Amino acid sequence: MQIELAHYLLLSAVLFGIGVMGVLTRKNLIVIMMSIELMLNAVNLTFIALARYSANIEGQVIVFFVLCIAAAEIAVGLAILIAIWRHRGMMSIDSLKQLKW
Amino acid sequence: MSYSLTDIFGVLPELILVVTAITAILVDVASKGKDSSATMLVTAVGFIVSGIAAISGVGTIGVLMNGAVFQDGFTTAFRAIFCLIGFLTAIFSPAYLHFRNIRLGEYYPLLTMSVLGMMVMVGAANLLLFFIGLETMSISLYILVSLNRTNSKSIEAGMKYLVMGAFSSAFMLYGIALMFAVVGSINYNDITNYFLADPTLGPLTIAAVALLLTGFSFKIAVVPFQFWSVDVYEGAPATVTAFMSTGPKAAAFVVFIRVFGIALHPVASHWTLLLSWIAILTMVFGNVAALRQTNIKRMLAYSSIAHAGYLLVGIVAGNHAAFAATGYYLAAYALMNLGAFAAVIIVNQRHGTDGSYRFDALKGLGFAHPLLGISLTIFMLSLIGLPPTAGFLGKLYVFSAAIETGHIVLAVAGLLNSIIATYYYLRVIVLMYMAKPEGDTTIPRPLPYAITLIVLSVLILLIGVFPEPVISLMIAVAP
Repeated sequence: MQIELAHYLLLSAVLFGIGVMGVLTRKNLIVIMMSIELMLNAVNLTFIALARYSANIEGQVIVFFVLCIAAAEIAVGLAILIAIWRHRGMMSIDSLKQLKW
Repeated sequence: MSYSLTDIFGVLPELILVVTAITAILVDVASKGKDSSATMLVTAVGFIVSGIAAISGVGTIGVLMNGAVFQDGFTTAFRAIFCLIGFLTAIFSPAYLHFRNIRLGEYYPLLTMSVLGMMVMVGAANLLLFFIGLETMSISLYILVSLNRTNSKSIEAGMKYLVMGAFSSAFMLYGIALMFAVVGSINYNDITNYFLADPTLGPLTIAAVALLLTGFSFKIAVVPFQFWSVDVYEGAPATVTAFMSTGPKAAAFVVFIRVFGIALHPVASHWTLLLSWIAILTMVFGNVAALRQTNIKRMLAYSSIAHAGYLLVGIVAGNHAAFAATGYYLAAYALMNLGAFAAVIIVNQRHGTDGSYRFDALKGLGFAHPLLGISLTIFMLSLIGLPPTAGFLGKLYVFSAAIETGHIVLAVAGLLNSIIATYYYLRVIVLMYMAKPEGDTTIPRPLPYAITLIVLSVLILLIGVFPEPVISLMIAVAP
């Protein structure tokens, strides 16, 4: 079977969906951040596949920027996570209950 | 690809902010973290210089950097407004940070980087540059929100903001990827041309538009994705709340106009109805929820959700006059909300009320502190939308643009909601002037707060009485 652009797009859609489900259903903040990373990397896969199949280099350039942004975001996220750990002694979203409407 | 001096001078305000942020970090290192007043000074001067550079660009229209940056009225006007917001936030922060015992020099460089991100967003002419600006702004804000490390509310707000922000950014990015798949380019102009030639929607296009709309709805905090904003606004240090409820919201709205109002305008008929419902639900939710608040900070947070609903009306109306009206309203909203927060921050330093942000703290302050009373009254009247303030004209322009384009239901909903909103804004004025003061009414009166309150209330009255220069700037350049 020939692997086409559609297969890559489908794969990245599935990965993105798994990421979304992870964010919505998991309780551990580290797993939630991993799921967000999975979502971003699914998008990267889309960009690379598009760049490859449409011979448009722009898609690959975008991926570099997205990688940098994802790294910065996760670095800040882990720093805040450590602060939460020091305060509450747990990493579950159940510990984030102080602010409520 | 070639770059000329015109390109460099076109992005001078941004370059100045980069230099300011780096200088501020170095100054903070040199002062060994003991005293951040030098850092504050560097930042404030940087904002002034950058603002002057932004204003000197009035009237130049075109594209820079090989079509990556729009140089137009929206860019110019909002660069100047963001510099003003950044400057005022920088000068009124030290008193609050001292009161809260947050002594961190990195506050000011982060503030600068966040304003830089906002400027990049409003100038961006393609989706990638917009996304980079958005993330520069957001990542700085995540740190600013959780800067009060010893306060568990601040940390919790930072975590919630980060998770929701990163989650929505991923949606936005996937929308950008699918738009790239459909159009083959991420430039706004290419997107417009593509849909002008072929306004039919395939499944990929629908998915792209839906994902982008979801991402934007999170960022501007409209129903059904508004739930994070109130918690974050409450938990963040109050000066950061004042900043993030004005600048970042305005920046996200300008990009919303550029992407949905302009770039996707040829296919507007497919999403107008959805956006109208979002606008109505957002107004109603924000106002009804604000009615029952006992905490001023939360009340202002819900009121800013309601204002996002009014602003969406302008985007739904969707012609150039409507975008100019939305731009004017955004400017007015940013000024009055910043002012309201600045006043509330100083009220909350009243003896014996620290940290609670109860309405009771306002009792009888109007006569004891005339400047505070008068300016907070102006901000509240402007938020209600009464003449002669800028808030009145903003609403007038937006709603009349909606009527002209046939969205009468939206205009009526907006007016009815403004009437509901009157109740909770007037309560502030009533408490200040008609309630008997309880206990000690002395509050600290640092000079920066006086400057902030005077500058903002004068500006609100000024552009409320003479709206022509602002509105013509927005019309001439509204993309």
